[in-house]
Amino acid sequence: MSNHLIIAPILLPLLVAALQLLVGEKRRRTVLALSIVSCAALVAGAAALTLAVSADGALAAVYRIGDWPARFGIVLVADRLSALMVLLTCVLALAVLPYALGRWQHRGGHFQPLLQFLLMGLNGAFLTGDLFNLFVFFEVLLAASYGLALHGSGARRVSAGLHYIAVNLTASMLFLLGVSLIFGVTGTLNMAALAELIPHVPERTRALLHAGAAILGVAFLIKTAMFPLGFWLPRTYAAASPAVAAMFALMTKVGIYVLLRLGLLLFGDDAGPVSAHFGSDWMLWGGVATVVAGIVGMLGARDLAKLAGYNVVISSGTLLGAIGLQQPAVTTGALAYLVISSLAIAAFYLVAGLLASDGDDDTDDTLSLEPYEQAGESVPNESLYAQEDESRVVISAPMAMLGLSFSACAVLLAGLPPLSGFLAKFALLAPMLEHGARPGAVALFALIIVAGLCTVIALCRAGIQIFWVEPERIFPGVRLTEATSIAILLGLCLLLTVLVESPLRYLRDTAVQLHAPASYIHAVLPPAEAAP
Amino acid sequence: MELVLAAAIGILAASGVWLLLRPRTFQVIIGLTLISYAVNLFIFSIGGLRTGADPVLHGGDIAQYTDPLPQALVLTAIVIGFATTALFLVVLLTSRGLTGNDHVDGEDGTP
Repeated sequence: MSNHLIIAPILLPLLVAALQLLVGEKRRRTVLALSIVSCAALVAGAAALTLAVSADGALAAVYRIGDWPARFGIVLVADRLSALMVLLTCVLALAVLPYALGRWQHRGGHFQPLLQFLLMGLNGAFLTGDLFNLFVFFEVLLAASYGLALHGSGARRVSAGLHYIAVNLTASMLFLLGVSLIFGVTGTLNMAALAELIPHVPERTRALLHAGAAILGVAFLIKTAMFPLGFWLPRTYAAASPAVAAMFALMTKVGIYVLLRLGLLLFGDDAGPVSAHFGSDWMLWGGVATVVAGIVGMLGARDLAKLAGYNVVISSGTLLGAIGLQQPAVTTGALAYLVISSLAIAAFYLVAGLLASDGDDDTDDTLSLEPYEQAGESVPNESLYAQEDESRVVISAPMAMLGLSFSACAVLLAGLPPLSGFLAKFALLAPMLEHGARPGAVALFALIIVAGLCTVIALCRAGIQIFWVEPERIFPGVRLTEATSIAILLGLCLLLTVLVESPLRYLRDTAVQLHAPASYIHAVLPPAEAAP
Repeated sequence: MELVLAAAIGILAASGVWLLLRPRTFQVIIGLTLISYAVNLFIFSIGGLRTGADPVLHGGDIAQYTDPLPQALVLTAIVIGFATTALFLVVLLTSRGLTGNDHVDGEDGTP
């Protein structure tokens, strides 16, 4: 395998974004073509990477930047989990891209370059094997996400964006504090070297190490929107434009990824009697609290985008709790749930965006479920982009298409059979009660089922109000590009229902690899130089 | 020296947190800036404090050596913090222009 494949998912979006900035906003077609080529190449590259690391007996692939040995330089590490997350990111970006072609990218400047920078940050965060490098990639993806969250401007977006930025800047400070405390205790920032050193940390400084890890954990829990730290999420995501919100559905998963990675690598079974499973109870009970908060918020949500936001919160809580259990079988289910819920929530944001938009002009574009006042028919901005709309194909029955997509999303999110949401939830729930259930596991098990029920209730209510109560309601035309995006996302979920066997085997191996961090450590620090 | 530095970090962080919890945007941004000063000083201090020592090893004399990595980290942190603060400032001004008030707490300033 060509080793440079590992750095490609970071370099390619960076180069394409720079090129797009040089080409300029005016030449829209060139910029679009660049984006499409970049995303397609990324998906191909990520798929190749996934195949390479999933070969039998393959260790994690390591890329040493500048060929410095791992203890001194920065390494990129692609193991099964990293490759899976990169693939998910790139697929989601490629799927969302057609949607953004329609109307959203005209609302403000530099949509496409920002999207590429976001991809660079996400892929970098998934691939890096160094804590400080992780901080840098986090800042890259956050900086891009600030731009995207504000994309389209408008008072609502800017005031939600203000909160989003303030919260994330504070989280970044906590991130730095945690990283520097860990560095102060251990003298390294390489994740594999850290995992090797933690069992040997003297008792005198171990408390400091735990404090550092806890502060670092809080920074990620803010990003995952754990219960008391997650109030920023539904509002920000609801205010963002649908294509952006769909990409943001993945951003909470970055926090989950890091907690999963660091939790099992640094504080797994081998971390010594004091440090083993450090913080796992907090994640479990925090996840339980988050699911409760998500359910309450979802039942009270008065517009579709907020409803989707609380679904993100519920999915975060479920994953946090599942990670907190730290059992390989549960982790397998959690990974399956992570993939399906990311795709389903992204699709839901897109559908919600279509249902809400009754024209191209207004910025107040969430669908309110209050009594409906028909908006004016005039669409003043239409002529401005007339030549862009040549490709507008109004599908004859947008209502049928939207209704079908809406119910598919509802089934996926609630985890009802026959779609893959059910399979993912089953894979998550079935092993949870096997090994002498802890009280937290029982609580989480019950809550995930209640959350499914409440999702059904909330989405049924919303669906009835949208599709049945007001028969004279005029549905906006659905463009072919927008329908394509939703079809790709839901099609993927459907595909995963049919072909469930081999993805699940991949996830099972991923979980096994995660729970045995020795192979990761050996891949990064070959045993010859592993002696400290 | 340790005491002075620790006190400086503590006071900066405390004032920063207090300002961060205030309801108006300007106070929030000053609070964030103070917190980032505190964090930068903190990162700088984790390598151990030593006066007159180089971050380069001279003839293997470890006594006259200070860890260069925290300095590199703090430099990166300063650059990133500066950029994001500048961005925050722009959003703050936009928000002021669009909503006509400078509150972050959802109130419009009228009692």
